[in-house]
Amino acid sequence: MTGFVLAAAPGPGVKAYLVVGALMFSIGAVGLLTRRNPIIMFMCVELMLNSVNLTFVSFARELNDINGQAIVFFTLVVAAAEVVVGLGIIVSIFRRRPGATADSASLLKG
Amino acid sequence: MAQWIVFGVGTALALIGALGVVLVRNPVHAALLLVQTLFGVAILFVNQGAHFLAVVQVIVYAGAVVVLFLFVIMLLGVDRNEDVMDEPLRGQRPLALLVGGLGIVELVALFVLRSDSFQTGQPGTPGTDSNVKELSKAVFTRYLYPFEITSVLLVIAVVGAVLLARRPKGLLTTGERPEVGAVDGGQ
Repeated sequence: MTGFVLAAAPGPGVKAYLVVGALMFSIGAVGLLTRRNPIIMFMCVELMLNSVNLTFVSFARELNDINGQAIVFFTLVVAAAEVVVGLGIIVSIFRRRPGATADSASLLKG
Repeated sequence: MAQWIVFGVGTALALIGALGVVLVRNPVHAALLLVQTLFGVAILFVNQGAHFLAVVQVIVYAGAVVVLFLFVIMLLGVDRNEDVMDEPLRGQRPLALLVGGLGIVELVALFVLRSDSFQTGQPGTPGTDSNVKELSKAVFTRYLYPFEITSVLLVIAVVGAVLLARRPKGLLTTGERPEVGAVDGGQ
């Protein structure tokens, strides 16, 4: 019965989800550009990845295509691998200079 | 109507958490707000019928990735407050806000104005039916080789992380260094 009521009422369309994804992506981008703590910058990258996942799932529903959800599955796996390696790099940076910000890793600066 | 309510709750959780990650000063609080965002996105996944991905999102992201973040924060002792208002590069913050605003305007305009170019097929019935079976069929038939390659990728990532985070010989860990305590005391 509740399923029938749910199906009868039109839910939010694909545009609503896409706008949420766009907002999340932009918030993550601004955070990545403004914050200087490497760990927080990394969290902002995760935010951007998640917003893209949300967009994939929205299109998968809109186009009635399961491949979008399969791509999200692989994105999750690659994001997990990326977090592992990225945090390893951050640990090694902080080991050399405690209290470093992203600006202090400037060995390659011309 | 119920779907709109769930959508509103998930959106509010995700966006408030995202703003919090960017704005709070303490990295530990940022990590906890990241958990809130990931739960919000998981709610939005459930609302669109992606039940398996929502479960994976909670287990992998909220359960493993954020714990890893918190572990690194605690291990390195970088849970000091960062002065958000301090601006080492002049004009960085307004420019970043400009870029972010332009991104929002462009993406939203694209979605709203050009939505007729989405090839709208028959929209699935969201939230009511589960498509775990179809997803597993796709992953284990069409995407079988990518699936196997991701397992190799995970092994490589684990080995690389161990190699990166291994303590070099003759170097003390950060916890044993006297200047770390001095930096902490100075804050």
